Amino acid sequence: MNDNEHILKHIAKEASAGYDRKIMDYIHNAATHGLYEIRGMGAKRALPNFDDLVLLGASLSRYPLEGYREKCATKTILGTRFASKPIELEIPITIAGMSFGALSANVKESLGRAATELGTSTTTGDGGMTAEERQSSKTLVYQCLPSRYGFNPDDVRRADAIEIVIGQGAKPGGGGMLLGQKISPRVAKMRTLPEGIDQRSACRHPDWTGPDDLVIKIQELREMTDWEKPIYIKVGATRTFHDVKLAVHAGADVIVVDGMQGGTAATQTCFIEHVGIPTLAALRQAVDALEDLNMKGKVQLIISGGVRTGADVAKALAMGADAVAIGQGVLYALGCNHDAYTLDGLVHSACNDYANLGTAAGFCHHCHTGRCPVGITTQDEQLAQRLMPDLGAKRLKNYLKTLNMELTTLARACGKQNVHHLEREDLAAMTIEAAAMARLPLAGTDWIPGF
Amino acid sequence: MDSLSFDLAATPLRDLNRFLHKEAVAQGVRQVTVLHPDGAHNIAVGLNAPVAVEIEGHAGYYAAGMLKLGEVTIHGNAGTGVAENMMSGKVHVKGFASVSAGASAHGGLLVVDGDTSLRCGISLKGGDIVVGGSVGSFSGFMAQAGRMVICGNAGDALGDSLYEAVIYVRGRIKSLGADARIEEMTESDYQAVGELLAAAGFSYDPHEFKRVASAKSLYHWNADANQEY
Repeated sequence: MNDNEHILKHIAKEASAGYDRKIMDYIHNAATHGLYEIRGMGAKRALPNFDDLVLLGASLSRYPLEGYREKCATKTILGTRFASKPIELEIPITIAGMSFGALSANVKESLGRAATELGTSTTTGDGGMTAEERQSSKTLVYQCLPSRYGFNPDDVRRADAIEIVIGQGAKPGGGGMLLGQKISPRVAKMRTLPEGIDQRSACRHPDWTGPDDLVIKIQELREMTDWEKPIYIKVGATRTFHDVKLAVHAGADVIVVDGMQGGTAATQTCFIEHVGIPTLAALRQAVDALEDLNMKGKVQLIISGGVRTGADVAKALAMGADAVAIGQGVLYALGCNHDAYTLDGLVHSACNDYANLGTAAGFCHHCHTGRCPVGITTQDEQLAQRLMPDLGAKRLKNYLKTLNMELTTLARACGKQNVHHLEREDLAAMTIEAAAMARLPLAGTDWIPGF
Repeated sequence: MDSLSFDLAATPLRDLNRFLHKEAVAQGVRQVTVLHPDGAHNIAVGLNAPVAVEIEGHAGYYAAGMLKLGEVTIHGNAGTGVAENMMSGKVHVKGFASVSAGASAHGGLLVVDGDTSLRCGISLKGGDIVVGGSVGSFSGFMAQAGRMVICGNAGDALGDSLYEAVIYVRGRIKSLGADARIEEMTESDYQAVGELLAAAGFSYDPHEFKRVASAKSLYHWNADANQEY
């Protein structure tokens, strides 16, 4: 091969940055089927996240607490603004709303058991409240979603708090689509729809259209529950500064902000990857809004969307969140994307099941198909047995306990006796993007981009 | 004591609702009259007791919202979301109703003597709605189950994205929404309309009504239904 042939060979294999394999596959798929892709889980693209921040452990200018001897409080109280019965949690880590329908009943029971053992809350999802999750959850947040599937006053009264869902981080502004293959007889009955048909969820609530109406809607929920239960408002992260302000004005006790890394049971990929802002940016905007209104601490803030580790939790709290909510991390803890599952005490490989879906353990995002190889996002009775509540609860409890241990360890290293004493001064950014979004100084400098 | 009055000009709404939730049954009260409602919001929400509530005037948003047990009569007009998400029982609006009347109702009967505004019966999940007058646009949007009887006319996009709910209309339909179609009335339809009209206190002939139901073309993902999802 001469030099010219060698150069031509390389040019012939040179990929286009604008039309790489991924975008070519997208175009080929769109051209073949005339449909956009619907999938589960969250954004695959790399986004600025909590890994781009570091905590500034104490040394001489700050005094650390003894990691193995001195206690660090984690108690978290939510809903102190208007509710006569605020939520009291042992840890500031909650379980995000995920529906029965998207998840199996065994999973919902696992979530409830683990949360109860650790003194935290679980949340219902689109489709209503199951008996299993109410029974297993000491503290259960009941979501009021645009679809109002299965929403009823008995469950409102049985709930410990009510979360009005305006949007999700994975699809702000978008409705839902639970595909027919997940609509089992039980799911269908709960949602008052025929079995096996695709179930669309509206993108906005049927009986209010804006923040002025929302004020009255919240009062309705308070009136019917005699002002006992905290009212949460959940928004997908976009214009978070303004949305949080309006949520405060509407009367929220607690605001949940779900960043772009948040997951979903099924939605269009174009939403997941291209709508919303990263959790890091949303959290900073939310805290700004609360401070601007002098409502920091009066209205509590829960941040969700890509919170995975105890370090993430510590950083979120330091930035100003009162608690975090975890969805995808919880699913992974249960065994999502694991290459094996345990059934009747024996470990079985799930590799063939992943292969049958056209994927592999570690890459699966096929929640929407209902064919979850490890029995989590399914309504198939046989598949659902692959995740039994006792084992699921144990794994999840281990995960949440680990997060809490990491959180307290890091808080003590920063000299805090209470995780809620973590503050912005305990943080620095590792990248310019993260510094700008989180409005934190680049590590080793006092420079905040834009300020 | 089997009846009681609450004058909202002098008594906070909170006292009324607390009484309905916690004291009415214990005190054996079977009828509550609400005086001077003056458009107050959230009157008798979450009622779950065998009590007849008579609202002597206009009600604001969400009157009788999430009704589980009991009957509420509004001797005037009703604001947004009257009887929203009701589970059973009966709500009767003697005047007109604003937007989202009977939204996501699971059961029970909502009767509106006059017209209703936009989105009447939106996300209906099993309740029955009888409207003496006309309904605004997007009524019955994504209605899943239950029945609507409209004695007057219907606005644009009636029954858009209907699931299993059925709408009966006596007057003109400005336009049907995506996936909605007019179907032949059957004997069971005539019977159903007759029963609902009787329950609502109207004397129209069921044979004057036409049936609107889902064509079910959106029940399964359909690439050719652009803009209809």
